[in-house]
Amino acid sequence: MELFEQTIHQLRELLDRGEISAVELTENILARMDAVEGRITAHITETRDEALAQAARADKIIAAGDASALTGIPLAIKDVLCTRGVRTTCGSKILEPFVPPYDATVISRIKAEGAVLLGKVSMDEFAMGYSNETCPYCVPRNPWNTAHICGGSSGGSAAAVAAGEAVASLGSDTGGSVRQPASHCGVVGLKPTYGRVSRFGLLAFASSLDQVGPLTRDVRDSALMLNVIAGYDPRDSTSIRQVVPDYTLALRDGLQGLKLGIPSEYFASGLAPEVEEAVNNGIKLLTEAGAEAVEVSLPHTEYGVAAYYIIAPAEASSNLARYDGVKYGYRDMDAESLAEMYMNSRSQGFGPEVKRRILIGTYALSSGYYDAYYKKASQVRTLIMDDYRQAFEKCDLLVSPVTPAPAWELGARMDDPLSMYLSDVLTICTNLAGLPGISVPCGFSSAGLPIGFQIQAPHFQEERLFRAAYNLEQRAGIVERRPEIA
Amino acid sequence: MRISHDEIRKTAALARLAMSDDEVSDMAGQLDPILGYIAKLNELDTTGVKPANHAIDIHNALREDEVQPSLAQDEALANAPAQNGEAFVVPKVVG
Repeated sequence: MELFEQTIHQLRELLDRGEISAVELTENILARMDAVEGRITAHITETRDEALAQAARADKIIAAGDASALTGIPLAIKDVLCTRGVRTTCGSKILEPFVPPYDATVISRIKAEGAVLLGKVSMDEFAMGYSNETCPYCVPRNPWNTAHICGGSSGGSAAAVAAGEAVASLGSDTGGSVRQPASHCGVVGLKPTYGRVSRFGLLAFASSLDQVGPLTRDVRDSALMLNVIAGYDPRDSTSIRQVVPDYTLALRDGLQGLKLGIPSEYFASGLAPEVEEAVNNGIKLLTEAGAEAVEVSLPHTEYGVAAYYIIAPAEASSNLARYDGVKYGYRDMDAESLAEMYMNSRSQGFGPEVKRRILIGTYALSSGYYDAYYKKASQVRTLIMDDYRQAFEKCDLLVSPVTPAPAWELGARMDDPLSMYLSDVLTICTNLAGLPGISVPCGFSSAGLPIGFQIQAPHFQEERLFRAAYNLEQRAGIVERRPEIA
Repeated sequence: MRISHDEIRKTAALARLAMSDDEVSDMAGQLDPILGYIAKLNELDTTGVKPANHAIDIHNALREDEVQPSLAQDEALANAPAQNGEAFVVPKVVG
């Protein structure tokens, strides 16, 4: 296997044994980027010189015997996370010139480990999207078939990891934006419990739903990344003071004593037969590992999308009010009055999907509509959380598909936002309830596109999630498959 | 429920977004099915259900009020589209 195809833990052994240097590893990945980036187009900004300098520093740390999990490991960062001195666009023209004066807490944490940052990868504008087609800089292609979407909004992260352009990546998940592109690109995507990982320096989309999560080649890498990024941060008032375990200790064979809940609502009509078949096979593998499967019901699942498309745009309309052309970002320099400057800077800087969501959110929060929309959606959010509480009295984990179908062709749904929104139906409720969820590859469609398997757990039960995900990965036998990029 | 062009214009103005008549018309065509779909929530009787604004119970995340290092002035101004070395510069606000 080529270096650019290996996992964090495999490369860790090679680095620590001195068989390769961090500089050689980074050069190997940069050469891979030269070879495939023209077809994948995952990067908004590349930081090659900084990456090589960081790799050289990592080699010194390794030589001194002070290496930790991510020392010398080349990573791609979704352009939603602030990186000191490196342009951070959030996939929007309104932030085209923005160079953050500080690092997001998760970036400080991976830098403290001596990780190598290759650059900033593509995403839907302000993380609002399913297919990563709303990014004005570049639309990443699915490495398994470049005519297809890679998913979104962390599409650049998923595509880069699947294509060998990074060993792993950090993304963000507000309604499925880590799990869903991970599913479409055949990598592991984790959305941690709300509050498990600091949001400081994560450009806000919907603050009660956003969470940073890793995209990796296998479950062990996901656990290693969470070990580093999880934990209390005094700069995020919603981060939780709770001990961070060593998540890799959860990766052990066998699932005896574990009850898997199969929510019938997640297998309703509209699921592609190939997805259903692959997920059912995944459930079979988990029961062979010792788990018991039970039927459960989450009756309000079908209302999740409607509630989400009020709550998330409402929070976004408030969060995105800060982009006014005053302190950072794009400004219409020709505007003659302050009001005109606000209006023109925002109208010229934001793309159509972002404007659509700002309008929905502003409308839902506006005088006379608040009770009918925002309050109603927040009440339904309570019902969805109650569903989960009741289901977790009968089971330890919930298993399901991640997406109703494999990745579709680029452009296929760009004119129909509602059909795009409805594709989030299987991932959205996790965020509304603040639960951890993971997408693990479980199969391929007949056209050769990856299919993911979703596992959801109660709050702060990431260890249970990893344990089941690891057992599935061990038995599915596809963890070493890599795409032939055509 | 259909959203009128006037409501879209009014909402856009609240959000400080300028929209041409064509954009308003396109947006109406997209928002109608979305708001129609969202009306699905009215199928549910939520009388007496407490609204959830957060998924995790967090109350009073307080800390000591201590002076910490903050951004230097030049760093804080570095991203401004217009500044004079001391402040952000914007078009004249009062006559």
